[in-house]
Amino acid sequence: MYLASVDRPAGGVDRSKRIAGNVLALGAVSLVTDVSSEMVAAILPLYLVVGLGLGPAVYGLVDGLYTGATALLRLAGGYLADRVRRRKLVAGIGYAMSAVAKIGLLAAGPALPAIGAAVIADRAGKGLRTAPRDALITLSAPASDLGRAFGVHRAMDSAGAFAGPLLALGVLAWSGQAFDAVFVTSACVGTIGVLVLVLFVRDRRGPRPPVAAVRLRAAAGLVRLGPVRVLLLAAVLLGLSTIGDGFVYLLLQRRESLAIGWFPLLAVGTSLGYLLLAVPLGVLADRIGRTTVFLGGYAALLAVYLLLASPLGGLPALVVVLALYGVFYAATDGVLMALAGPLLPPALRTTGLALVQSGQALAYLVSSVLFGLAWQFWGAGGAIRAAAVTAGLALAGSALLLAGARRTAPER
Amino acid sequence: MRTRIILAVLVSLGLLGAAAGYTAVAGHRARSAAASAAGQVDAGPGPRILFRSTAADSYGRVATVSTGVPAGPRTVSGVACDRVYAAAGSVLCLRPDGPLATYQLAVLDARLRLRDSYPLVGVPTRARVSPSGHLLAWTVFVTGDSYNGGKFSTRVGLLNTATGETVDTLETFAVTRDGKPYRNVDVNFWGVTFVDDGHFYATMSTAGRRYLVAGDVAARTVRTLAANVECPSLSPDGTRVVFKQAVGGDPAHGWRLTVLNLTTLARTPLAETRSVDDQAAWLDNQTVLYAVRRGARASDVWAAPAAGSGSPALLIPDAESPAPLAG
Repeated sequence: MYLASVDRPAGGVDRSKRIAGNVLALGAVSLVTDVSSEMVAAILPLYLVVGLGLGPAVYGLVDGLYTGATALLRLAGGYLADRVRRRKLVAGIGYAMSAVAKIGLLAAGPALPAIGAAVIADRAGKGLRTAPRDALITLSAPASDLGRAFGVHRAMDSAGAFAGPLLALGVLAWSGQAFDAVFVTSACVGTIGVLVLVLFVRDRRGPRPPVAAVRLRAAAGLVRLGPVRVLLLAAVLLGLSTIGDGFVYLLLQRRESLAIGWFPLLAVGTSLGYLLLAVPLGVLADRIGRTTVFLGGYAALLAVYLLLASPLGGLPALVVVLALYGVFYAATDGVLMALAGPLLPPALRTTGLALVQSGQALAYLVSSVLFGLAWQFWGAGGAIRAAAVTAGLALAGSALLLAGARRTAPER
Repeated sequence: MRTRIILAVLVSLGLLGAAAGYTAVAGHRARSAAASAAGQVDAGPGPRILFRSTAADSYGRVATVSTGVPAGPRTVSGVACDRVYAAAGSVLCLRPDGPLATYQLAVLDARLRLRDSYPLVGVPTRARVSPSGHLLAWTVFVTGDSYNGGKFSTRVGLLNTATGETVDTLETFAVTRDGKPYRNVDVNFWGVTFVDDGHFYATMSTAGRRYLVAGDVAARTVRTLAANVECPSLSPDGTRVVFKQAVGGDPAHGWRLTVLNLTTLARTPLAETRSVDDQAAWLDNQTVLYAVRRGARASDVWAAPAAGSGSPALLIPDAESPAPLAG
């Protein structure tokens, strides 16, 4: 299957507006799991610093237990899921690991190595489950409706992320600031997520592929598939233009000289945009082409950088920046998976999706470190201008790449 | 399908019920600790040690013990703080401000009556009062402020209760590092200890290194004195600071309590070999106090000789944030 045929689905393949039950079930699992994980994420610094009396340096250490290991685990988990043809099982292990990690955090008490182990288990669980879950979504909806399917899933996912911190505040208020009550509640909610997965998500095992199709050699061969390679290159290139939420919000905060207490609201504004736009932009991607919407998302990111670099200020500019940043997320995250899914042979789909996700994550890691350095040497203004130039070049380059693939694909 | 839905609903209700039950029990625990009989704490100068109780029946409340019988009977007040420090009858209490995970700085008098309060932006980690009781310093921890993924940010604020003057953040002070003027956006401060109402020591971190700095409030300057020093605490005679020294220069390996002679810059590790992540306090010129965590809601105050000899001894069980009131 080639980009061209995915991009412009033949009309009337399956225009029914029903959303596959499996997609809804996976969405419900993600919603519940995100409530669980975001309620802990929201209070973890409070717990470590106020609850345990640890110095702030410790928070830096815990938070710095970074994605290097989990990116590798994501690839390994993706390959394993394909190899044993049990995507639901691998995803389930990931969800269960994160749920158990919440109790682990509580049981760890002030012992730093144990806290670190629990945080790593939580993140490893997330790394493990993402690719099998997305592969299940691509296998659960018709190729022509994948944009919408991912839109629905991501909207439910971010609704959970939205509700999590609110629930944490509620539990804190009701329990007289007891952090342990938040961890226990989070573990219970996380267990419900695993339960919904086990009871309602159906594994799509399909016919057993020839054994050779799921060997490591075949997995490595994914990048030799023309359209996959082009998409991977474009995704990594575009990944290099992301500087990370922290920097975007910090630039906004400095420009508008917002009190630091308003900081969390910036993230709330972005997630609200993502939440509201995920479905419409997914549907739009199915209609006018996923490549177009995907590139449009990065154009929105470029617009964010240009606005941040411009002298425009005030509340309207703030709202526009946050809305555009929400558009960026809604038009790229799920749409990229909808774009990649049909390009990948079903037998290696989880591995392929994990590859694309890891490529993007790695590119983001590099670009955020470079942006930090640029900030130190050139100041905030110079750094954001450099980011805008990078984003412009990455957008142009990947647009050429993807357009080239679209032109040449039918001739192969 | 029907069976699965019923099963899912029942198990989910059970799990949510368990979570709600746990939360309710925790709420009851907090209310009963708050409602237990409160005594009249005297935070004025005298042979007492003020601290935050971590005992189950008085969790979080400010209490005192007699310096002569530190493990003996304690007087527990009705006031709860997350961090507390006191000097010359002036008490600095960092505590939750309403139910929504925000915090406030409360200035209390020697009988723990509220004199003033200010909202804090961030999570409180350290509190100190100058020997005169006039100058207050606090450190908050701000996660959203981190401009470099995975790093943290701290801010130190100062308030002079005699004049009403405030410093929002030490980041506005001019920095001299190794004798030369220095500027960097990644400068962070924490852990202040006062010499007098005009001078202090603190930790400054920049470019991955942590320094002991000497600060001048009126001149709004700080200058570095030594590297790999965190959370200094000045001895009553003003000649030494006790601080936590990152083992091998890397906080990931834990901290060793160490005394630094301010004249010779000689370092003496204390007999305490457990990793201590606390800003210590001085009981007198020979003895250092610090909290050691036992669990998520349990902590003890220990004492160790400042000379580096001897061995650490348990001083006040179920306590943290010690502030000796003598003097």
